[in-house]
Amino acid sequence: MMVYLLCIILFCCGLYCVLRKRNIIKIIIGVIILEYAVNLFFILTGYRMEGRAPIFSSEAEILNMVDPLPQALVLTAIVIGLATTALLVAIAIRIYEKYGTFDITEIRELKG
Amino acid sequence: MNIASNIIPLFVVIPLAGAFLISFFGRSIKRLPDAMGVSVTLILCGLSLLSVRLHNIYGVLTYSVGAWRPPIGIGMVLDGLTSFMLVTVNLVAFCITVYSVNYMEKFTAKWKFYTLFLLMVGGMNGVIITGDMFNFFVFLEIASVASYALVAFGTERHELEAAFKYAIMGTIGSLFILLGIAFLYGYTSTLNMADMGVVLSQKGIDGLIIMVSIMFLMGFGLKAALVPFHAWLPDAHPSAPAPISAMLSGVLIKSLGIYALCRIFYNVIGINPTISSILLFLGTLSMVVGGLLAIGQWDFKRLLAYSSISQIGYIILGIGLGTPLGILGGLFHLFNHSIFKSLLFLNSGAVEYATGTRDLRKMGGLAQKMPLTGTTGFIGSMSIAGIPPLNGFWSKLLIIIAAVQAERYIYASWAVLVSILTLAMYTKVMKYAFLGSLSEGLSRIKEIPIFMKLSMATLAFMCIVMGVLLIPGISDFFLQRASEVILEGTEYAASVLRAIR
Repeated sequence: MMVYLLCIILFCCGLYCVLRKRNIIKIIIGVIILEYAVNLFFILTGYRMEGRAPIFSSEAEILNMVDPLPQALVLTAIVIGLATTALLVAIAIRIYEKYGTFDITEIRELKG
Repeated sequence: MNIASNIIPLFVVIPLAGAFLISFFGRSIKRLPDAMGVSVTLILCGLSLLSVRLHNIYGVLTYSVGAWRPPIGIGMVLDGLTSFMLVTVNLVAFCITVYSVNYMEKFTAKWKFYTLFLLMVGGMNGVIITGDMFNFFVFLEIASVASYALVAFGTERHELEAAFKYAIMGTIGSLFILLGIAFLYGYTSTLNMADMGVVLSQKGIDGLIIMVSIMFLMGFGLKAALVPFHAWLPDAHPSAPAPISAMLSGVLIKSLGIYALCRIFYNVIGINPTISSILLFLGTLSMVVGGLLAIGQWDFKRLLAYSSISQIGYIILGIGLGTPLGILGGLFHLFNHSIFKSLLFLNSGAVEYATGTRDLRKMGGLAQKMPLTGTTGFIGSMSIAGIPPLNGFWSKLLIIIAAVQAERYIYASWAVLVSILTLAMYTKVMKYAFLGSLSEGLSRIKEIPIFMKLSMATLAFMCIVMGVLLIPGISDFFLQRASEVILEGTEYAASVLRAIR
């Protein structure tokens, strides 16, 4: 239970970082923390304490095995996260070129 | 598995292959991106019309990716709602690619535009056609990431700011969706939507499912720009190049937001009165707030963007009612809105192309110089405002009648009121942009090039004639089929599993 709680705390840290920070780079780091928290949670749903790898072999009986599917899914999710982060960083660099600052309180020409 | 099922993966494969080819050869061969973009979307458009026919003959079709049978493998499903959405997306996408042949000339890297565009179309088709929860998330992200990049395509100050905001909010929305999928997988230990529906109906609804519902509501609400989550839309849609604004407002928010909401809440989790009353409330809120904010805008595209929020509210209201007529009206409004809103955004693009401004106060009398833009703008405006006999009238009428029949008089009266508000805001557009005397400095503008004209005329023509979709003989095999899928609710699982066997 403890690990799930820690996972949720990590998620809240990321959310706080996105919502409260003013620097664009810090916001991007917040998004990355959020992504990691969700990925970690997904891995945890398939994890068993002292479980073994789900590889079929003749001598050992498979009793306590780790669910491999979430791990495969999280791999995909990490790749997607990479694409999103790369795009965000590219946009951040362009913003710095145009505005000369990373502070979002100064980058407010649109009203929302 | 039926032989006709082989059409299903083509909806994803063709745009992805097109994007790949353009990204490789588009830079060296000058005319390739245009030709490729238009031909790919034309093929997709034809295939989607074919899919309607195939669905009518064979019923629900499924395709197992890599011959691994669902629920173990990834399944793709073609049912009434899917073919309806495919037609909507691909029809609009085709008109928009034709338009961008001329419009995108002013940007340097046209091949990058078409690559991202086809990736976005591929992602949207994938979201619509997949029957697997995680696959759904992957396609959703393909479409979203492509759309973030496309909003920033001009790389000017406003574009970048809007794209950053959109990307951050969109990513958070996607993460909530992923978290919801993780919870659902932990609860049901399956990822196939149909199988998940079966397990959920056996296990019943408990606190976890309510939490998952809230997460999905937040995630898809962000994608669909329902009112508490709408802050990105009025920045992102006007900042993008006109074809992309049309694509985003026309189909992206619908396929990633509304379609996903319908599919998951009606077919997988199963609708309950709480969720449907939340949908009704959010729909009405979006309708009213979007309408009120739109009427004060002076930026042409910004006005259209706020009006999109308002019209999304109508669709959610219709679908949230849950009655056969309400769902039919909601889906019909979805189809109509994708046509006239993309027409209006293309119109604003044409005006910007000719005059170089988006400020309504600097325009005036454009109908004299640009007769076709003026006419199509008039048709689009009257259609969205709900003037009979244009298509927008029929769908709004259906939604209002459905709300009255369901004895939701307050919602019905709001819908009527916002309809008047919509008429007011589009009268403002017509008055300041197209009618009146020609303002100074605009005397030398020219009418837009041929391809832009062609695509706008096609969309305007569809605005006029699409009311025929309601005629009993025609609606039976297109609109009715789509609304039946939503109406049957969790029966979806049974019909898909039957088709797999």
